[in-house]
Amino acid sequence: MSLYYVQKLLYQLNRDAQTRAHFETDMESVLADYDLTAEELAAIRTPDIGLLYVLGVNGQLLMHYAALKGLEWDEYIRAMRDGVAAHGKVRAGIYAMVGD
Amino acid sequence: MPLVFAGVCSHAPGITGRAERADPVLRDGLYENFDRMRRAIEDSAAEVLIVIGAEHFANFFMNNMPAFCIGMGETYSGPIEDEAWLGIRRHDIPGAPDLSRRLIADIMNDVDVAYAEEWRFDHGIMVPLHFLTPRYDLPVIPVNINCQGPPLTPLRRAWAFGKALRTACDAVPERIAIVGTGGISHWPATPDSGKINEDWDREFLDRFVNNRRDELLAYTDAETYRDGGQGGFEIRTFIAVAGATEGATGEVWFYAPIPIFAVGCTIATMAVD
Repeated sequence: MSLYYVQKLLYQLNRDAQTRAHFETDMESVLADYDLTAEELAAIRTPDIGLLYVLGVNGQLLMHYAALKGLEWDEYIRAMRDGVAAHGKVRAGIYAMVGD
Repeated sequence: MPLVFAGVCSHAPGITGRAERADPVLRDGLYENFDRMRRAIEDSAAEVLIVIGAEHFANFFMNNMPAFCIGMGETYSGPIEDEAWLGIRRHDIPGAPDLSRRLIADIMNDVDVAYAEEWRFDHGIMVPLHFLTPRYDLPVIPVNINCQGPPLTPLRRAWAFGKALRTACDAVPERIAIVGTGGISHWPATPDSGKINEDWDREFLDRFVNNRRDELLAYTDAETYRDGGQGGFEIRTFIAVAGATEGATGEVWFYAPIPIFAVGCTIATMAVD
């Protein structure tokens, strides 16, 4: 679990146009800079917004990655709901700070 | 000189980014009260606006997260987000670095704060500025309280920060307005986006406008998360304003849950006399 680095990647993508441009043209070389698990890499590449939410990515970071990947607001909300249905409850991060 | 204005407001990105999808009566009521706050700040002849915000990983991340940070920049810019997504065009915003430096030096006698000469505002500051300084000609000093990445700034420290900020503002000659911006209950950017706990919000606002310190500081993070969502952690910005106006009371100008804005939209002021 390297949630920190998944979130760090999205933080950099959100705030830096050059990183975004680099990510668009050569995603793999950007991803190589981050210590990510196979599951995290797949979720980012697909992109599987719902799985990223279940992994614990903060929505304040994730909503911008979803928009970058072309998801409209309602599609973004639906993707997270679908993610929970497919992968179960959020595993880590701020949304896992209290129980069910 | 003493503060010339103190208030609080919401900052959800939907307020500008999804404006056309809201109930027009509620939306226009919110906008009218933002404009009333703009006029009140203008009437106060404020020379500087301090915005106490709760940014969302635009400048501050878990690699080096300050409990408090105060801007000391010559200028700022924003929004950092996509202009179309937020519905706000990118602007440069003037800072007040000399005043920032004096305030920071004073506040650090009581509360440890970080400072930043670079700061790109996200919706947490840009939405308030869009309404309150629409020409972006009033110098702004941004303040951030960590409401996003646990461990969060303790509520009692947010209060202490507000008190220290007030002491520092009162000691300088400039006319200063402060606006806190955050919460109240909301679950933004999650599957529960649009959920709003109106009862919890109204209870919090009652404690806020009556400035009941002990009750404002009584919330645990677990309770806030349960009742107010992770967006509820932004009550720290309101609590700082309450600390800055200790002993005074306030008035709620507008409160309405607006689900497509994903928050109970709030405009309130505190007396500064």
